[in-house]
Amino acid sequence: MDELDRRLINRLQLGLPLVPQPWQVLAEELGSSSEQLRERLQRLLDDGTLTRFGPMFDIERLGGAFTLAALKVPEARFEAVAAVLAAMPEVAHNYRREHPWNMWFVLGCASLEALNDALRRIEQGTGLTPLNLPKEQTYHVGLYFPV
Amino acid sequence: MSACTSRSEQALALRLVELTQAGLPLVDDPWVWLAEQLQLSVEATLALLKRLQADGAIRRIAAVPNHYRLGYCCNGMTVWDVDDSQMPRLGRLIGAQPFVSHCYRRPRSGDWRYNLFAMVHGRSSAEINSYREHLRYLLGDACRADDMLVSSRILKKTGLRLPTGP
Repeated sequence: MDELDRRLINRLQLGLPLVPQPWQVLAEELGSSSEQLRERLQRLLDDGTLTRFGPMFDIERLGGAFTLAALKVPEARFEAVAAVLAAMPEVAHNYRREHPWNMWFVLGCASLEALNDALRRIEQGTGLTPLNLPKEQTYHVGLYFPV
Repeated sequence: MSACTSRSEQALALRLVELTQAGLPLVDDPWVWLAEQLQLSVEATLALLKRLQADGAIRRIAAVPNHYRLGYCCNGMTVWDVDDSQMPRLGRLIGAQPFVSHCYRRPRSGDWRYNLFAMVHGRSSAEINSYREHLRYLLGDACRADDMLVSSRILKKTGLRLPTGP
């Protein structure tokens, strides 16, 4: 990764400008060319430095119901419970965290009814009652990892 | 989606999600490509993107780094029991810190007493501990208790997909 890669990664985390010929505009800003920037970007995507380039949707504003939930899972059953959640398409991601509430996952469903149904199925399938913590207010969303 | 966004606009937005969920093609002028796919003029496509961005349906058109590959190995979900009456001011203050990637108010529930969540990322556990200390200092007496839940394993990561069907 060289200096241009770093500047491109930092700049593209902040967003492609919504102007005609956006790559030309960025190329002027970064002292490069549209072709070179896109080649660099393709390489960073191919080698896994970047996971995606495109519109970042606030998927909740386009419909659906979402929540953050947690389970207190006994260690002996941890893998089995993780497998139950892994098999559910409603579970977007799931992390182990070091706390008595040791499994934290995000659920995304088409409706509140479907979300509550998914929580009920998790309870029935695991015998554990989920802690359901839907967001009440968003103060900030903005991943930025300068390199 | 907000009330000011019309039904036809929402249909276009959903089509845009389908077209770009896997990523925007790295062509010389991506708006020309999108305009062809959406059967709109280039000007109308750019105007649509601007409206959706102003509306918050698109946060930005951006690169998402693999933060583990970039050395950001540690993430901590800091959680805080904050005086409800001070939450509007303090939520914004905590969310505005540059090392906080996500900040939300969530309900208290049963033995779960924390109502403010702030995700912090860093290159070492010492770094995320120092961020937690900084947030504790900012919250001061308005915070009665706090904790930091460090992630030790990714069990599943597919990302949110647009839900379809009932």
